[in-house]
Amino acid sequence: MVKYEDKVVVTLDINGEVHKAAVRPSDVLLDVLRQKLGLTAAKPGCKNGDCGTCTIIIDGLPAKSCLVLAVEAENHKIQTVEGLRGQSPAQRAFVDANAFQCGYCTSGFLMVCEALRQNYPTYPDEQIVEEWLQSNLCRCTSYKEIRNAVRLMYEYKT
Amino acid sequence: MIPFNFTYYRPDSLEEAVRIHSELTSKGLSAVYYSGGSEIITMCRAGSIRPDAVIDIKEIPELKSLAMDESCLRIGSACTLYKIKQSKAYPLLALACGRIADHTNQCRITLGGNICGTIIYKETVPPLLLSDAEVTLLGPEGKRTVPFSDVFDGRIHLLPSELLVSAQIPKWALSAQHFHIKLTAQEKIDYPLVSIAALIKDNFLRIAFSGVCSFPFRSQQIELVLNNKSLSISERAERAASLIPEEYSDRAGSAEYRRFVFKNAIEELLEEWENG
Repeated sequence: MVKYEDKVVVTLDINGEVHKAAVRPSDVLLDVLRQKLGLTAAKPGCKNGDCGTCTIIIDGLPAKSCLVLAVEAENHKIQTVEGLRGQSPAQRAFVDANAFQCGYCTSGFLMVCEALRQNYPTYPDEQIVEEWLQSNLCRCTSYKEIRNAVRLMYEYKT
Repeated sequence: MIPFNFTYYRPDSLEEAVRIHSELTSKGLSAVYYSGGSEIITMCRAGSIRPDAVIDIKEIPELKSLAMDESCLRIGSACTLYKIKQSKAYPLLALACGRIADHTNQCRITLGGNICGTIIYKETVPPLLLSDAEVTLLGPEGKRTVPFSDVFDGRIHLLPSELLVSAQIPKWALSAQHFHIKLTAQEKIDYPLVSIAALIKDNFLRIAFSGVCSFPFRSQQIELVLNNKSLSISERAERAASLIPEEYSDRAGSAEYRRFVFKNAIEELLEEWENG
């Protein structure tokens, strides 16, 4: 059994690298990524699980990192935008489709799109794309361009 | 950020989880079983709960499993809504799970969290009530398996330190004709104004609701009205609307508006059931 009371050093597998951070059991993963590990791609938005700007991938599925404790992320594979290294199909597609204005929501959308591609290697039903994207908000309303980026992402191989 | 600390436990077994909960509460400490975590983190952040301990149960194998046995489908309480939806093992429950929160949150929220949490919209409850599901509970005094409807009357009634282990759905329900309608005031992912689940058994329409009032419910009175084919569809919908057990208004809709939407949704459902 695991029991953590005060500060504890957790080991996290992020983007295939081992990271260690001293955390309180009640620290949320979003804050630990940004403040303890300098991984600032996941953005704080509503911090209430509604907006999706802090979306990361845990074990191949999207997760809002504001609603995950850092201690419960031990022994799981975490991916953030830093792990996409600037050249992923999702990132290239967002640039080429002009799928952002202010860009604040982009990290979250990129991770949802990357998770979608990992789970559906070929372009899935439009309904599935819509369901996955509904988890994220864009207040500049670039939704149409984001949908175009998803289609474009599937044309890019790696 | 959660503005206080708690002790985090990740037990290896069900028995260990219950023992920890029971020991902590006997010392006067507050402990919560923690699975997907979305509601607990949100409430801690907002300051509406302040547990001394969270007991993370979602890695316990029995709670993660979703499997068929001879007579039923057994769903562990820490199965995520996404897993239940993807399995399609119980189609009505899969539809309900697909309309809770949004897709990303469905990957974290669990069956047990949806049933035992404080949120009033418990979309997984109607499919369990309609299928005569049983639930297995484990407490300090041992394990018991009971009809879900015996422990749920708007909210679940658990004994001190008791943990929801699994829900068992009888096989007939897995292939029964079913209907699911969730209507919201604005966005598709919003909480429901009116959510209706229906399951047909022996040509009899069983029906249960969420969103209509401040608790989910199955109503035999409403079922008798809706199955009375001597009345027209609109008469049945009108009478059913008059049997809603509570006047419930919130910002999404007044009680009157809810009744209006309820009646239209019932008409649509009956139309589909009877005329295809």
